[in-house]
Amino acid sequence: MKSFFKTLALALVLLIGITAPGFAGDTIKLGSGGVISGDLAPYGISAVRGVEIAIEDLNAKSGILGKKIELLIGDDVCKPEVAVNMATKLVSDGAQMIVGHVCSGATIAANKIYKDAGLLIVSPASTNDDLTLKGEHPNFFRTISYDGAQAALMTSFVKNNLKVKTVALIHDKGDYGKGQMELARKNFESLGGVEVVLFEGVTTGAVDYTAIVQKIKRSKAELTMWGGYHSDASKIVGMLKKKKVNTIFFGADGIIGDNFVQLAGKYSDGVYATGPNDTSSNPLYKELVVKHQKKYGEAPGTFFFNGYACVQALAAAAEKAGSIDYDKMRAAMFEIKIDSPLGPIGFDKNGDVIGAGFSVYQVQNGKYTQVN
Amino acid sequence: MRLFKIILGVAVVGILGFLGIKEIIADPVYFLELFLGGLTRGSIYALIALGYTMVYGIIQLINFAHGEIYMIGAMTALIVASVLGLWGWNSAVIVILAFVFAIVYSCAYGFTVEKIAYMPLRTAPRLSALISAIGMSLFLQNYVMLAQTSEYMPFESLIPDFKFWEPFSHIITSVEMTIIVTTVIVMILLGILIKFTKIGKAMRAAAQDKIMASLVGINVNRVISTTFVVGSATAAIGGVLIACHVGQINFYIGFLAGLKAFIAAVLGGIGSIPGAVLGSLVLGISESMFTGYFWSEYEDVFAFSILVIILIFRPSGILGRDETSKV
Repeated sequence: MKSFFKTLALALVLLIGITAPGFAGDTIKLGSGGVISGDLAPYGISAVRGVEIAIEDLNAKSGILGKKIELLIGDDVCKPEVAVNMATKLVSDGAQMIVGHVCSGATIAANKIYKDAGLLIVSPASTNDDLTLKGEHPNFFRTISYDGAQAALMTSFVKNNLKVKTVALIHDKGDYGKGQMELARKNFESLGGVEVVLFEGVTTGAVDYTAIVQKIKRSKAELTMWGGYHSDASKIVGMLKKKKVNTIFFGADGIIGDNFVQLAGKYSDGVYATGPNDTSSNPLYKELVVKHQKKYGEAPGTFFFNGYACVQALAAAAEKAGSIDYDKMRAAMFEIKIDSPLGPIGFDKNGDVIGAGFSVYQVQNGKYTQVN
Repeated sequence: MRLFKIILGVAVVGILGFLGIKEIIADPVYFLELFLGGLTRGSIYALIALGYTMVYGIIQLINFAHGEIYMIGAMTALIVASVLGLWGWNSAVIVILAFVFAIVYSCAYGFTVEKIAYMPLRTAPRLSALISAIGMSLFLQNYVMLAQTSEYMPFESLIPDFKFWEPFSHIITSVEMTIIVTTVIVMILLGILIKFTKIGKAMRAAAQDKIMASLVGINVNRVISTTFVVGSATAAIGGVLIACHVGQINFYIGFLAGLKAFIAAVLGGIGSIPGAVLGSLVLGISESMFTGYFWSEYEDVFAFSILVIILIFRPSGILGRDETSKV
């Protein structure tokens, strides 16, 4: 008899354990993955804030399909190995759709988990070509244009507007930076007329970049193109100026934003970078800047509007499909048109954004100003 | 076997030397720039490596938290310099005070870390102290990250660009020159401290035999504390100097710098002070040359390869004593 009660008690305990997660269902759980600590945190935090405000706006109306949205936030520190664990946690916490991640390497690693779990993912910031063009990530969409488009803009601007003949391509050996510089090299080769005199990778976070700067100087490159993020870029820019190397510094969206200008200080003047189109005349954009200012007490960061658009896209797809079923929602993603803060956007057959591209900016008097 | 090693060594050095001379003649200024860049880098490594090697010499502990002491030095200097800058103080006063505060704070941290994390483990197996050191390193990193910020912060160079140095600044900037000069001065002072002062004598005695040293009336615990304090002070100087050179810091800068300095100390023969300096310079200059003449992608691979090669030929480092003679 005693053992019967014991078994019964055990069975009850186990039963509670099993049924507990099943009660969730009154809300839609939206997972957000990205880097929110470490030196790349400004990028991820800007995107997460976009997600937070978009969810507030939606919940103030009717949520998604009449259900309130609940946000689950994960931090991948921009590291692929951490991203996998983090993605697993989001999935096991019951996330039903994902916004993220920020660093391309982390997104590629984490998407194995999301794909297996049958979740749609919309990234505000991962620009690596392989994510969409290889067809290995059918569940992946993004609200930012991809590296190939960006590299094409960079190389044509360098050749036609800046009219330089020799370039040095320097990258940080990461998926994003190296990938971008390889694309640039390919583009320069097919364009012709611009010679790549140096192609080198450097260790990110290294103690000292003097040697690579001397090497750029020796190569006599008229322009140095950088594939990587802002902290290493600002060190190299500073050293180039201190060593009086006569070269134009040109980066991609990894160095766009105020944090680069702050870090590099006076050395940032004259630096070129490509970044998402300036859509600051869009009414929703203006409204969101005010909301951001009120909620966080500062101006929005780099990927804030892309993050906002990600949530808009997921909500629009769910409404159109009438459910959050993976296949129905995925089919709807290709049909929707969204009035986002980036302008009216949609998605092409690869999952890449239509309607949001890149422009070229230059730091003038301590601020990035559009130049093309 | 020994003959084989010698022949192999001579062959490698000869081939590299031949290729090197050809390159040097082709562009001597470039070689000089790389050499001086490497010398600067080596000087910074040396300032950090000294702390590793002194501590190892006395208590045979690899103090992994040493890189963090270097980071704390740079952080303190940044905070002091920003506050004083806001108050509009004279820049010369700011430099001196920033250095003083950085040194005092780092020494306090070095001293406390030893008392908390290593002293209770003095008689425990060496592995326990090592784990304690790694724990301390992680603790300090995360502590600074949470107490300050995780982002990179700009570090305005405290050292001005000297006017008279302007014509040469494209070869070596005034900050780099200051780094090299300061390192030389610190080395000389440290040499005097160890060779000619009472505490220096006590350090050498404790390094040879702790029990015997305490039998003749040396307070070994005090000697160990002093060693940590002196090592922390040199690390703080290194931290402030490299922050001026690079122009930005965050909580993580101590890790890679500490690792490289540790390699340098092992390369030179851990426990030996001239060894640490020599190892640092060899590492700094060869890294710089490798980046300059070969591929910067493989700079770290190269740094570790040198370590492996030197340890194959000289297991106790370039100037290290044989393990047997110590016992």
